[in-house]
Amino acid sequence: MLIRKPDGIPSSAITPKERYLNRRRFLRGAASTAVGVGAAALGAGRLADVLAPQTAVHAGAKLQTVKSPLSTTGEQLTSYDDLTHYNNYYEFGVQKSDPAQNAGGLPTRPWTVRVEGLVKQPKTFDIDELLKLRPLEDRVYRHRCVEAWSMVIPWVGYSLSEFIKQCEPLAKARYVQFLSYYDKHVEKWTNETSIFWPYSEGLRMDEAMNPLALLTFGLYGEVLPNQNGAPVRIVVPWKYGFKSAKSIVAVRFLEKQPPTTWQEQNSHEYGFYSNVNPNVDHPRWSQKTERRIGLPFYAQRRMTLMFNGYADQVAGLYNGMDLRANF
Amino acid sequence: MNRKTLIVLKVVVWVACLAPMTMLAFEAATNTLGPDPTARIALTTGYDALFLLLLSLTITPVRAFIPRLSWLIKFRRLLGLFAFFYACVHMLTYVGLYSNFSVSAMLDDIEKRRFIKVGLIAWLLLLPLAATSTTWAIRKLGGKNWQRLHWLVYPAVFLGLVHYWWQVKPGVLAPVRMTIVMWVLLLVRPVLAWRQRRRSRAA
Repeated sequence: MLIRKPDGIPSSAITPKERYLNRRRFLRGAASTAVGVGAAALGAGRLADVLAPQTAVHAGAKLQTVKSPLSTTGEQLTSYDDLTHYNNYYEFGVQKSDPAQNAGGLPTRPWTVRVEGLVKQPKTFDIDELLKLRPLEDRVYRHRCVEAWSMVIPWVGYSLSEFIKQCEPLAKARYVQFLSYYDKHVEKWTNETSIFWPYSEGLRMDEAMNPLALLTFGLYGEVLPNQNGAPVRIVVPWKYGFKSAKSIVAVRFLEKQPPTTWQEQNSHEYGFYSNVNPNVDHPRWSQKTERRIGLPFYAQRRMTLMFNGYADQVAGLYNGMDLRANF
Repeated sequence: MNRKTLIVLKVVVWVACLAPMTMLAFEAATNTLGPDPTARIALTTGYDALFLLLLSLTITPVRAFIPRLSWLIKFRRLLGLFAFFYACVHMLTYVGLYSNFSVSAMLDDIEKRRFIKVGLIAWLLLLPLAATSTTWAIRKLGGKNWQRLHWLVYPAVFLGLVHYWWQVKPGVLAPVRMTIVMWVLLLVRPVLAWRQRRRSRAA
């Protein structure tokens, strides 16, 4: 702690993002060509990327969006810088600043999402197909982490229900599970934890079909940065942040409640539902209040709202349920 | 060691110990504490308190193994007091920024949350140590009593580490390094005592 890191690198010394990305793509292309004649076809494919980089969609690229009536209004947005440099993405390190530094290696193209389990027919969606499935909407949501901090985030995506309809789940599917990307060579920081990977999350079908649940591709009108769960994630704004699985590679429809990462890790502290609820404390801290990210230290503290302020839209899902037992 | 070197070293240690606090104050004034200033202040001060406490506990074994460095004893009190200073700022951060000075919220926390309870106990254990750190107090208590009282630093640092483990999410192994250092520092002491006994018997 006493040893200070050297001061920040002057901005003049930082390689512009475009050039940096092109260089990486070039190296990747060059490496695969070098594999040999047998791999020439693959190399050529990568080289096409290099020769026409505009076809590769990367973090920060603009997305065409429309407004949404489901957007939360009257809240000051958290800055882009804070949204992209204060992340919990444990596959890329447990410190909040780690994912922004380490998630560069996440291979977001090509990317596919497998649909399996109780569906009419298992299938695989390509990310570009998903991007075109429905018009992308700007959706501003409050984001409340179980650690008692919060943000206001302008996400880009469309209702998860639209995607689920395309999956054609069978009537007996009662739950849907989301599995995140996992490769221990890319995500070597997983060694710093004793968590079972890949990250798994789940929702009850009626929760997943609620229009607020968002299949998310971007924020601030741009493609998601890797550390925010590129290229596709879910956002469930009335639940604690960890329910919103990042970088999804598989969606499974199930009859029984799926095991989920944090619940498996400690079922005493993290429940399957994990709805934002100021009346049910986390065993280690109160959930009555939260700290808004990006405000000065004396102005951060604020009251936490039931269902994160989305009670009107989602309270009905839990009629007759004991939210203390089903935390 | 001559007087001049000692003064220079003391100044260096003071500056080093004050550096994290100065950084925090500067960043608070310029609103550059990062995305989550409250957590930043709490984590930094807690970490610094434990770090300095462990550092103060390295002095005795280092002196025993390297007699040439026995002058290090002149810095132990300073490190201990700075550890206490950061522990105080850490606790005040909790009182002000986490509990909003609400007594009922704090009592609720202490009753329900073991990591808060343990943290509070660790701080309370440091209190008499800080209070009896003056030369006057050492004389008044007498070396033996003073030493006996200051044995409390061991449960204090142990509970400090427990507080750290219970605060992080299960599955997060961030406190591992500090914990290893703590166990080395705690377990080396019986070895030192044994060596000492053998030597005095031989003499």
